[in-house]
Amino acid sequence: MIELTGISRVFQVGDQAVHALREVTLTVEDGEYVSLMGPSGSGKSTLLNIVGLLDRATSGAYRLAGQDVTALSDEEQARVRRERIGFVFQFFHLVPRMTAQENIELPMMLAGRPAEERHARARELLRSYGLAERAHHRPEQLSGGQRQRVAIARATVMQPGLLLADEPTGNLDRSSGKEVVEILEALHEQGMTLIVVTHDPELGGRAHRRVRLVDGSVAEDLRGP
Amino acid sequence: MKAVDVLRFAWVSLRGYPSRTLLMVLAMAIGVGAVVILTALGEGARRYVVDQFASLGTNLVIVFPGRSETAGMAGGMFLGQTPRDLTLDDALALTRSRAVRRIAPLQVGSALISYAGRSRETPVIGSTSEWLAIRKMQIVQGTFLPAGDPRSATPVCVIGATVRDELFGSEPAVGRLVRIGDRRFRVVGVLASQGQHLGFNTDEMVIVPVASAQSLFNTNSLLRILIEARSRDELDLTKREIASIIQARHEGELDVTVVTQDAVLATFDRVLRALTLAVGGIAAISLGVAGILIMNVMLIAVSQRTREIGLLKAVGGAPRQIRLLFFAEAVVLSAIGAAAGLGLGLAGNAVIVRLYPVLPAVPPVWAVAAAIATAIATGVVFSILPARRAARLDPVTALSRR
Repeated sequence: MIELTGISRVFQVGDQAVHALREVTLTVEDGEYVSLMGPSGSGKSTLLNIVGLLDRATSGAYRLAGQDVTALSDEEQARVRRERIGFVFQFFHLVPRMTAQENIELPMMLAGRPAEERHARARELLRSYGLAERAHHRPEQLSGGQRQRVAIARATVMQPGLLLADEPTGNLDRSSGKEVVEILEALHEQGMTLIVVTHDPELGGRAHRRVRLVDGSVAEDLRGP
Repeated sequence: MKAVDVLRFAWVSLRGYPSRTLLMVLAMAIGVGAVVILTALGEGARRYVVDQFASLGTNLVIVFPGRSETAGMAGGMFLGQTPRDLTLDDALALTRSRAVRRIAPLQVGSALISYAGRSRETPVIGSTSEWLAIRKMQIVQGTFLPAGDPRSATPVCVIGATVRDELFGSEPAVGRLVRIGDRRFRVVGVLASQGQHLGFNTDEMVIVPVASAQSLFNTNSLLRILIEARSRDELDLTKREIASIIQARHEGELDVTVVTQDAVLATFDRVLRALTLAVGGIAAISLGVAGILIMNVMLIAVSQRTREIGLLKAVGGAPRQIRLLFFAEAVVLSAIGAAAGLGLGLAGNAVIVRLYPVLPAVPPVWAVAAAIATAIATGVVFSILPARRAARLDPVTALSRR
C-alpha cells in the first residue's frame, strides 16, 4: 500500500521557488490500476518519481507497505527500488551496449543473483513477451515496441509489487502502444499495482482509478470504469 | 553484485567504446613499456660492467700513485710537490708479501708501430710475463713476454690480433722485427682476439716489457701495479700489507691508493643502479600522465553515460554499486594497459638485445612489478573522482537528459 501524506516538492530555479507538488495526499491500495493525468507541468511525473523513490519530497510523509521510506538512506532506498519497484520509461532507457537479455538481467545482476538464475528468468520473460528470437540483439537492432517490451521485462524481472510507467506509449506507434498497454494490464491482472502517467486520455481512461493533477494538487480522483 | 559481474560489466562498457579504450590502453602501455625498456637498458649497462670486471678476476688489487682521499693534509702539499712516483722497485718489493700471488707493473703510452712501410698508432702497454695471467688473456701464436728480470729492457713485443692483421696481413708475424717509436722489437706472440673490454680494445694493443716501455716513453715511473691476491678471503689483509710495504719504501708516507677490484665494482654497481632508478623514475612520469588521461576519459564517460547511470539507479543500483562499476572500469582499463605495456616493453627489449647482443638487457623484476603496480594504482586513484561523480548523479535529471 502506498500512503502519501501532505507531499510537497519545491524546486529552486534561480532565485525562484517552483512548487511542483503542493500538499498531495493520496493512498493507493495493493493491486490497484491508477492513471495520473494532467497538463504539462502539473507535477504528475514528479509525483511518480517520488513514489518510485527516485526523488525526495521537500516535505510530507511517504509510507510504502507500512514502512516510512522517506527516512531511508540512499543505499536503503536503492534496495527498496530494486526489490519492490519496477520502472518503465517513455524513452525505454536500455543500455545500448548490452543485448536485450543482458538489459533484462541488469536488476538481478545488481541484486547479486547467480548467473544461471538470471539467464533462466530473462529467457522466460523474453519468451512470454514474444522476444525469444531477439535475446541477443542490441537495442538499436530492435523496434520501438520491442524495446519497450524489453524495458517492461527488465522492470518486472525482480517480480516487484509496484510497477510505475511514465508515458509508456508516448514514443510508440498505435499498434506497438496497444501491445505494451496489454502487457502492462496483464501484469496488473497478475496482481501488480500499476501506476501510469500519461497525456493520452484513451490510455488514462482504461485505468480503474484516474487521478488528475493540476498545478501540483489533486484536482480529481475518479474510480470505476 | 558479484565480482565477476562487475568485471563483465566493465569489460562490456570498455568494448562498447573501442576507440576510447584503445587510446587509453595505448597511453598506459607506452608508460609501462617505457619503464620496462629504460630500466632494462640501465640494468643491462650495469650487468655489462659488472660482468666485465668479474672476468678480470675478483681478487685483484690495484695500486696507483697519489691519495684519492683528502683527509687531512698531505706532507708535500705546502711545498707544491706531487706525490712520489711508483717505481718498478716498489712493484718488485710487493712480491715479498706472502699474501701476494703475482704482480704486474703497468706503464702505458701511445706509439707508432711500423713494419715494411705499413704503420699505425697503437696503445703500448709495458708489463711483465705475469700480466697475461692477471688479465686472464690468451695467446694464439708464439709466446707471451719472457719471464725474467723485469728491469731488463728486452726488445720483444706481443701484438693484438688487429695490429697483426693490419701490419702483416696473411704473412706470419711471429719472429718478425717491427719498429715501435724509435726502437726495434721482435714479435714473439699474438694475443687471442677478445674485442672490446671495458671500452678498451685489446685487439689493438701492443705489449712490451715494462722496462722497454719506460725507456720508450722516457720515464721511471709506473702508471699502476696490478696485484693478484693469493686468496679472496685475504683481500683486506693483502691491501694492508701492500700499503705498509709501499709506505715503508716511501719514507713512511702513504702516498698511493690501494683499491680492490671489488671496491671499484661496487662503485660502478651503485652508480649504474642509481642511473637505472633515475631513468625508470622519469619513465614513470608518463604513467602519471596516463593516469590523468584515464581520469579525463572517465569523467567524459560519466557525462556521456548520464542516462545509463540514471537508469542503473532506477533499477536499484545503490551509489556504492555505481561507484564500484566505474571504478572497476578504470581498473580493468589500466590493467589491460599495463599488460599491453609489459608486452610492448619485452618486445622492445628483445629488439635491443638483437641489435646489441653484448648488452645483457633484461628488465629487472622490481621495475616490472613497480611499473604494473604504478599503472594500476594510477588507474585506481584517478578513477575515484569520476566514480564518485557518477554515484552522486541525481537520477531524475540523469534520466530526463536526452
